[in-house]
Amino acid sequence: MSHSALAETGRQIAEQVAAAHADEVDANARFPKESIEALRAEKMMGALIPSELGGLGASLDDVGEAITELGRHCASSAMVFAMHQIQVACLVRHGRSPFLRSFLRRVADEQLLLASATTEIGIGGNTRMSSCAVEPVADGFRLRKQAPVISYGQYADAVLVTARKSPDSASNDQVLVVCPSPDLVLSETSGWDTMGFRGTCSLGFLLEATGPMSHILDDPYADISARTMLPVSHIVWTSLWLGIAQGAETKARSYIQAEARKKAGTMPPGALRLAELHSMLQQLAESVRGLRRHYVEVADDEDETTSIGFAVQMNTLKVSASTLVVDIVGRAMLICGISGYRHDSQYSLARALRDAYGAALMVNNDRINNNNAQLLLVQRGH
Amino acid sequence: MIDEIRQVLAEHGRMPVDVDSLSDDADLYQAGLTSHASVNVMLALEDAFDIEFPDEMLRKSTFESVAAIQDALIELGASAPVQG
Repeated sequence: MSHSALAETGRQIAEQVAAAHADEVDANARFPKESIEALRAEKMMGALIPSELGGLGASLDDVGEAITELGRHCASSAMVFAMHQIQVACLVRHGRSPFLRSFLRRVADEQLLLASATTEIGIGGNTRMSSCAVEPVADGFRLRKQAPVISYGQYADAVLVTARKSPDSASNDQVLVVCPSPDLVLSETSGWDTMGFRGTCSLGFLLEATGPMSHILDDPYADISARTMLPVSHIVWTSLWLGIAQGAETKARSYIQAEARKKAGTMPPGALRLAELHSMLQQLAESVRGLRRHYVEVADDEDETTSIGFAVQMNTLKVSASTLVVDIVGRAMLICGISGYRHDSQYSLARALRDAYGAALMVNNDRINNNNAQLLLVQRGH
Repeated sequence: MIDEIRQVLAEHGRMPVDVDSLSDDADLYQAGLTSHASVNVMLALEDAFDIEFPDEMLRKSTFESVAAIQDALIELGASAPVQG
């Protein structure tokens, strides 16, 4: 497989920077600032921004490969980078006004970090509903949102926030608003001491922002969500989980190879398990890359990306990949045995396993399967 | 046909507003029709008009207004709702 330049840059940053700090980022649940600075130095925050706006003009396929590389060594660094790219993708497709175009240019020029506030306290995890609303004031709008989590919010230069279009709008009549830091106040309401993805610093905040109406994206959030935010989220997340799985397989393989060298001529006991694990990894890689390519092909086809069949495909990718990654890391642990279970071993899989369990929870698989169960009541054909 | 479509929306659309207060061209999603409820609307329309929406019609725009639903039903050859 040919590696793009972007993936190669991602690999170098992953191996030389992210890997060196990953354990400490995890232990202290601190922001992976070294990785993000290294990505900024390579202009990677503007990877998806078209070159005429100062970005690298890369495809989501290339960005996905770079995320996989980061995910092999530091899932928290990879997640911060991935979530930023989701916001950029929404702005690139749905931010057409002069302000939003110039904001994208700023993201590329100044390597701004973008965060997201889509969930809300009292809504129960459904991102397609808001309680807070864009409130018109004399020179623009005011927005106040109780966000249960804003990943790396305190390190972000801007937060993209969902809200009802106006105080009179229905709960699902939402818009997406760019709230850059000077006019944004985040007051911490809860901490982030979790099992995995500890470096994403996904604290809870009361978000208060003001700004001119031009900061609101042009398309309704329903369209942004279906056409871009949801598919891109599932694509970058699954690319990341593929990285976690690859990292675990690499450790299991080196472990078996070391065993084999010790007793040349005798098949190590875990060798067969490695072969099984490898086939699962290939299954995961093919589904992640296949659907990523499919999305890149149809991304501008509005009829396709708002169809039920497409929603089912993207939902299924998320559910199957998040299940497979836990299985793969667990199997790698069985192969490495106590060496995988230890913290103080080069084969340690503890962090990978803790991170992997997060996959099924970030947008809970039960919610997605319930959604798919309903969509399948009417889906036809393929 | 419009009346039957409105009846299906009233029974299955779970919208926070009265369907009769909306014009035929009003955006149902803006009026609070969720994607979840829209699937129930599709199922109820299929039952009421004895049709099956093909894949290419299973997208948001087909159900965005009373008029859009009527267009889709006419295209599928639906006429009066099936009784009982």
